[in-house]
Amino acid sequence: MANATYDVVIVGAGIVGAACANEFARRDMRVAVVDREVVGSGATGAGMGHIVVMDDSEAQFALTRYSQKLWQVLRNELSADVEYDQCGTIWVAADEEEMGEVTRKHDFYGDRGVATEILDAKRLKQSEPNLRDGLQGGLFVPEDAVLYPPCAARFLMHRAEQHGAKVILGASVSTLGQRRVLLSDGLQLTADIIVNAAGAWSAELTPGIDVKKRKGHLVITDRYPGFLRHQLVELGYLKSAHSVATDSVAFNVQPRRTGQILIGSSRQFGAEHKEADQAMIVRMLQRAQEYMPCVGQLSAIRMWTGFRAATPDKLPLIGPWPGDKSVFLATGHEGLGITTSLATARILVDQITGTKPEIPIEPYLPSRASKEHAHV
Amino acid sequence: MSDQVSLTVNGASISVPSGATVAVAVALAGQPCRTSVTGEPRGPLCGMGICFECRVTINGIPHRRSCQSPCEQGMEVTSET
Amino acid sequence: MPQSFDILVIGGGPAGIAAAIRAAESGANTGIVDDNAALGGQIWRRARTESVAEPAAEWHQRLQTTNVSVLCGTRVFDQPEPGLLLAERHNDILQLAYQKLVLATGARERFLPFPGWTLPNVMGAGGLQAMVKAGLPIRDKRVIVAGTGPLLLAVAAYLRSHGAEIPIICEQASWGKLARFGLTLLADRQKTTQARQLKRDLAGVPFAANAWPVAAHGHTAVQSLTIMRNGRSEEIACDYVASGFHLVPNTELAALLGCQIRGGFVHVDHLQRTSLPNVFCAGEPTSIGGLELSLIEGEIAGLAASDRVPEAQRLVADRKKWARFARRLDRTFSLRNELRGLASPDTIVCRCEDVPHSRLREHGSWRAAKLHTRCGMGPCQGRICGPATEFLFRWSPDSVRPPVFPVRVSSLSAERTGQPEHTKHEEANR
Repeated sequence: MANATYDVVIVGAGIVGAACANEFARRDMRVAVVDREVVGSGATGAGMGHIVVMDDSEAQFALTRYSQKLWQVLRNELSADVEYDQCGTIWVAADEEEMGEVTRKHDFYGDRGVATEILDAKRLKQSEPNLRDGLQGGLFVPEDAVLYPPCAARFLMHRAEQHGAKVILGASVSTLGQRRVLLSDGLQLTADIIVNAAGAWSAELTPGIDVKKRKGHLVITDRYPGFLRHQLVELGYLKSAHSVATDSVAFNVQPRRTGQILIGSSRQFGAEHKEADQAMIVRMLQRAQEYMPCVGQLSAIRMWTGFRAATPDKLPLIGPWPGDKSVFLATGHEGLGITTSLATARILVDQITGTKPEIPIEPYLPSRASKEHAHV
Repeated sequence: MSDQVSLTVNGASISVPSGATVAVAVALAGQPCRTSVTGEPRGPLCGMGICFECRVTINGIPHRRSCQSPCEQGMEVTSET
Repeated sequence: MPQSFDILVIGGGPAGIAAAIRAAESGANTGIVDDNAALGGQIWRRARTESVAEPAAEWHQRLQTTNVSVLCGTRVFDQPEPGLLLAERHNDILQLAYQKLVLATGARERFLPFPGWTLPNVMGAGGLQAMVKAGLPIRDKRVIVAGTGPLLLAVAAYLRSHGAEIPIICEQASWGKLARFGLTLLADRQKTTQARQLKRDLAGVPFAANAWPVAAHGHTAVQSLTIMRNGRSEEIACDYVASGFHLVPNTELAALLGCQIRGGFVHVDHLQRTSLPNVFCAGEPTSIGGLELSLIEGEIAGLAASDRVPEAQRLVADRKKWARFARRLDRTFSLRNELRGLASPDTIVCRCEDVPHSRLREHGSWRAAKLHTRCGMGPCQGRICGPATEFLFRWSPDSVRPPVFPVRVSSLSAERTGQPEHTKHEEANR
């Protein structure tokens, strides 16, 4: 392989990189994607794979909803191995206080055109018979979906390749910037636009961006068709996911199309080693069994860890990096990269091609992070 | 007949020598252990608990390796689909 | 509370039994753990109605004179910290603490995919033998034995002695290789005697070298097998196919612990010491060498683990002899290139997830294939398709993660007494 010039070089072949590659390539730009491993091998391969609307902030809602609609448009074109399944999410309320949160969410989503349904204790139990008795109820979000992320990333990358994109795998990037991407084997790629979509490793390539690794653990079971019907998330999730300072676990289970159950979730800052942390696994699985005791009897076939790319304000970085005119960021998606990948790609390409975006993009611009930085 | 153990495989009664494994009982009953992900009938392959092809449901508990499970009186065994 | 052992042996085959005996006779508090319902491993697996044959009987008797704690039906699935293993047994979770560990986890058959190999009654050679020992009636059944390795003959002889008809034994190795191997056996009286006995047991059974299975046929179970023999294909009716392509070592637990693996085997020194302090390994995980080598390695490991190094060293010369035999096995039964072409595009390679050959060959690595096709992601954790894809595509295996066997979620989340502190974790996870 020789040095080459492209319009766009994307670093990272996760779902965000793949979505960006597809979006650029279908507008007839010459695109190359570089990854040190294979397509979907980072957080994409390690994560759960949900297409969900979220309401942490208006900006988060806008991005997740926009992207969910893009997935719904794409849905019928996806290959079977993407396993897109609109199973819906149920936010599970354990007590009266969390039931209050159910009502608040119901109103929030309703005001913004997303239909949801409040479930009382009886309806909750009917919807998911394996949940323990005594839970208060929940909020059913019927448009939420799950998919198998590595194949989703591969699908998008295939599309990009059909539009002429070049995918260079097994090549690690030593530096990027100043219209150049230098690979560790000495090869140099030149482009006016360089997209850092390296997820949890993006800060190593663009020093100065505030993206930290947030480690997660997951366990997957053998196949138990019918055991679980919806994605289930405890409402305490919000509280624990928000706490940046401490390690946390939350009840979050997801049915795969295969009948397998994915059991999560955990969040840790400052853990750099990829080996599973016994104490976190124990806490996470005990939490799952508090909500769903019979999960304990299922056969677990694998557990693994992954690193989310986390930002301080829990919003991704999408757009030009103020430190270098040729560098654009598409990173910092934390646990929502699968959901927001398609919208991320749209917003980024809109900015570069001067197209009017469908949602306000200011909350995601990398420049806001540097501003925040100024008064920290 | 203390040397025989009676159990059911997919609802049909079968008697096997005591000490026989569930995999043997399923084979004697002429049943596959499981149906694969794409719908193929499957039976034991490795015979030593490694391949998981001989998984069956025993007394309501799914995914038990039949080659590692001795038959017990009154056991209910079903093939997995 | 953890059960504590001075010396803990994982695996109850010949190597493990020998190690446990040697460890216990020096007074060490010794335990032996095995997944199966009884000790003996695959080679000494015994049918309920059979008495223990020599030399197994002698070793079993020796074991009984010791006070080794025997934990059968027990599967080790994780090591949360050095010196502590977690195991599942029926509905219990066991914590096994050790000072010294001997890994004697044995080997499994290598399976190669060919059209129809997923049909019921196409089994491993050792697999079918184990089923017969577990009570499967085989009298008057027609069993084609096909693949490679000395196990094929032993299994054919066993099945025949239980009334099976063996239409043919297909060995993929060439006559030339087999002849050279046969000549080297003459140098050893014990092996010569074994070979003569096998020849008597198999008198009249057709044996073909340069021959291998091409396709199994049938609907709900196998009815016939097409074989390739001297360049010509031929279909033979049968009730069972017993097909294995020699053995692959069970190195998963060693790899999980962090033992150095070289060329697919656990690397050990002359005293069976692995690259980890206090962890020994004996038998097939260090090289596929058969019963005699396993027993000697087990003894050496047991002696070395109980600090009887001079006695262990006296066995080293004997081990060298049998190690040469292992290398001859390796050369004789190496897989011929043609076997890479056995699978057709729609032949399933990963039986857990039903991934066909055509989907796998799109990928450049085991990692990519796993991620994008789920090959090796089912409950066997790649133990069957991993060695197959290693041969078919020359892919190298992935790192091993806990649990090394599927376990109940409740076992993964069981509280451990003496839950390690965070610093201890770092050490365990190093």
